[in-house]
Amino acid sequence: MRPKDIALIALFAALTCTLGLTPLIPLPLIGATFALQTLGMLLAGGILGARRATASMALVIALVAIGLPVLTGGQGGLGKLVGPTAGFIWSWPIGACLTGLMIQHWWEKLTPARAFVAAIIGSVSLYVLGHSWLAFSLHVPWSVAWWSWVVYLPGDIVKSLLAAVVIVTVKKAYPLITPRTRAAS
Amino acid sequence: MLSLYVPGDSLIHRTPAWLKLLVLCVCGTAVMIIPSPVALAVGLALVVVSYAVAGIGVRVVWRASRAILVFVVVITAFQWLFSSWALALVVGERILFLVAAANLLTVTTTMSDLIATVESLLTPFARWGVRPDRAGIAIALALRFIPTLVEQGALIREAQAARGVKAPFTYLAPLIIRALRMADGVGEALEARGLGAAPVRPLGATGPDPGATDPPAIAHPPTDKE
Repeated sequence: MRPKDIALIALFAALTCTLGLTPLIPLPLIGATFALQTLGMLLAGGILGARRATASMALVIALVAIGLPVLTGGQGGLGKLVGPTAGFIWSWPIGACLTGLMIQHWWEKLTPARAFVAAIIGSVSLYVLGHSWLAFSLHVPWSVAWWSWVVYLPGDIVKSLLAAVVIVTVKKAYPLITPRTRAAS
Repeated sequence: MLSLYVPGDSLIHRTPAWLKLLVLCVCGTAVMIIPSPVALAVGLALVVVSYAVAGIGVRVVWRASRAILVFVVVITAFQWLFSSWALALVVGERILFLVAAANLLTVTTTMSDLIATVESLLTPFARWGVRPDRAGIAIALALRFIPTLVEQGALIREAQAARGVKAPFTYLAPLIIRALRMADGVGEALEARGLGAAPVRPLGATGPDPGATDPPAIAHPPTDKE
């Protein structure tokens, strides 16, 4: 891992935090809001590749853990990492890794559609760990917790579309992933 | 960026961070296992006493727990309606305990202590190429990047507005490309300051430096500055 990789890892952690500063965007149809922070996760995966993206999201968790208010709405601290919604935060490295792996796989022939598939898989992977922990920590039947993903889905589709466009644009202007080798380490 | 740390000199402030983390892990696990509302209430009372010992004001507690309180009320009501009041009580108490205890660690431990703890927790991952001594640098860099990104994002949005671009989020791609160029420069600067393959030696370390490669004079920059 070269110094430049450290800079990139820090950059996407910072980007994820910055996206948390933007106000929540209300979705008029279903009355739920969606936070932009997972967009940072998708972009990290699609632009840095799996290895650096995973490290980048782990760095975000470290920033939360050391008590910085970097989560959406100025939240932070260890409380967020053990609370009912902690599963979603802990699964960011996993989601970033999945998206990164798929983008790396398709790198030579990346299309916006493929980037979208990679992003949506990264987003949906959060549901598994996020809702499992939610159900466990709140003692809610799994079926109930599991259905709450429906609320998040429209937001995740929008974010994945956005991520796909940005990933493809940045690939043309500033490619960072080297295919078939271990992500330039 | 302001840390959530609240300065103080209490017993809890002075307890080493690793010990607080260990106690938190043990108590947190115990709380998830214990099904007795009475035992949990005792645990919660202990947390409240700890807050008082640490001298943390009500206002700080309120600010940190506002978001979670809504959660607790909703879920307790839900459990009361669909299962039993005993379960509702246990679940509510568990969440409150976990969040309050974890937040107590956050508000009584300085950021530098927490960074040191994170670094030592990363040591076992060294075999997979994780460099614990880089964690502190990465954290500092990320904190420095946040205001820069906000600033650059605002600049790009202004420029786009001047050109009549109205679509939301069109600033993202140019922002990222610009930021990647910046990261390139930062990477080179880090390399030039000797952050290459050799481990960063703590300041004040004596004896021959096993990691010294090129001119040792620039091999050890002051680590508190970027």
